[in-house]
Amino acid sequence: MPRQLVLLLTVLLTGSALADEVHVAVAANFTAPFKAIAPAFEQATGHKLVASFGATGQFYAQINNGAPFDLLLAADSSTPARLEREGQAVADSRFTYAIGSLVLWSATAGYLDGSDAALKAGQFKHLAIANPKAAPYGLAATQVLAKLGLSEATQGKRVEGQSITQTYQFIATGNAELGFVALSQVYKDGQLNSGSAWIVPSALYEPIKQDAVLLKRGEHNPAAAALMDYLKGAQATRIIRAYGYTQ
Amino acid sequence: MPLTQNDLDAILLTLKLASLTTLLLLLIGTPIAWWLARTASWLKRPIGAIVALPLVLPPTVLGFYLLVSMGPNGFFGQLTQSLGLGTFTFTFTGLVIGSLFYSLPFTVQPLQNAFEAIGRAPLEAAATLRAGPWDSFFSVVVPLARPGFITAAVLSFAHTVGEFGVVLMIGGNIPGKTQVVSVQIYNHVETMEYAQAHWLAGGMLAFAFIVLLALYSGRAGKLRAW
Repeated sequence: MPRQLVLLLTVLLTGSALADEVHVAVAANFTAPFKAIAPAFEQATGHKLVASFGATGQFYAQINNGAPFDLLLAADSSTPARLEREGQAVADSRFTYAIGSLVLWSATAGYLDGSDAALKAGQFKHLAIANPKAAPYGLAATQVLAKLGLSEATQGKRVEGQSITQTYQFIATGNAELGFVALSQVYKDGQLNSGSAWIVPSALYEPIKQDAVLLKRGEHNPAAAALMDYLKGAQATRIIRAYGYTQ
Repeated sequence: MPLTQNDLDAILLTLKLASLTTLLLLLIGTPIAWWLARTASWLKRPIGAIVALPLVLPPTVLGFYLLVSMGPNGFFGQLTQSLGLGTFTFTFTGLVIGSLFYSLPFTVQPLQNAFEAIGRAPLEAAATLRAGPWDSFFSVVVPLARPGFITAAVLSFAHTVGEFGVVLMIGGNIPGKTQVVSVQIYNHVETMEYAQAHWLAGGMLAFAFIVLLALYSGRAGKLRAW
């Protein structure tokens, strides 16, 4: 083997073994706040963060099949509970890191006037929601529609994104005039990033409790423990709240 | 068998999408392949490269561009809206359009190779017998290129059945309209319904194997690799 190759392999292999690194699976709706939290955490603790963003159901399947995650920040509370029950997660490590808020959003300014008027008027071709079976925000959206008595009226107009990110994409590109997404995707520091919205009153849907859980693989990883602590701390809480989550 | 009505709808829809796409592709792909096989134009290479693009691009690239261009603010979407057709995202028509792009090389390349293998001699012979261009195409080229047509049809059909990324990006997961088998498998895996996922995924695997086996067995006795 050429000497350079040996050197390269040595660097690659030892590099990952020495540093305290934590691999986190992060629910898609938590992408924006997590990207804000990551550098703050790395600076405060000196540990390195590697994050994968995706749908919680998909992470469940991957974790069950040996995915290299130390920590799961789920979009719901049932998946972490299930992983714990099935022995894939460390017992009693679960905690709620955020409670999500649902928003009806349109990319067009002025389309929504802070109320459900446009939704009730029904003058749209497509209403985007996340797949209610796979995504908690999609489930919440169907609860809202049911409470408002609009389940049937919107039946033929609903289009589903596979994740909350894809749902956002349908609306952002104008393919759906409006849709239900996570508040954190369109909102920061009390302001909408773009478009128009109706922040859905929390009485219209079951609370979206998002739980974190320490996975078996991260049981003895100091960086994973540090991240769990950090998420409960004041600095992370401030960032999480800025994106419209409650705690 | 633990398949739901949605699963059966997805299977039917997938077959419908693949059949329609294959038919349209043979109509569109044959003149393109013929031109590519015969032309001496400098455009041959660039056009050939464009046709082959879906072979190397991630389907998400195609899906993303289709989502943006077919949407109400996109070029194609504005065109279809001004014609009173609305937009094609989240519709079966939209999936057909996406599939035409996605499977185009699987029609054009086998046909082009078959046409090139025929050479000029049979056509020149037909011309000396006073056959017109259409006549010689249908009585000489089509029979000689038959294996190419079969390969093109089978591969286009099978490749469209296996389409996932494009449908995911522009489909919207609507049962009976855009929810094809590959997306349904993804749904089942995401919602932890592994039994149904296994049935559909196993079915796809068997289908793909049988198609390729039939193709290779049929080809073994025949001439011309493409």
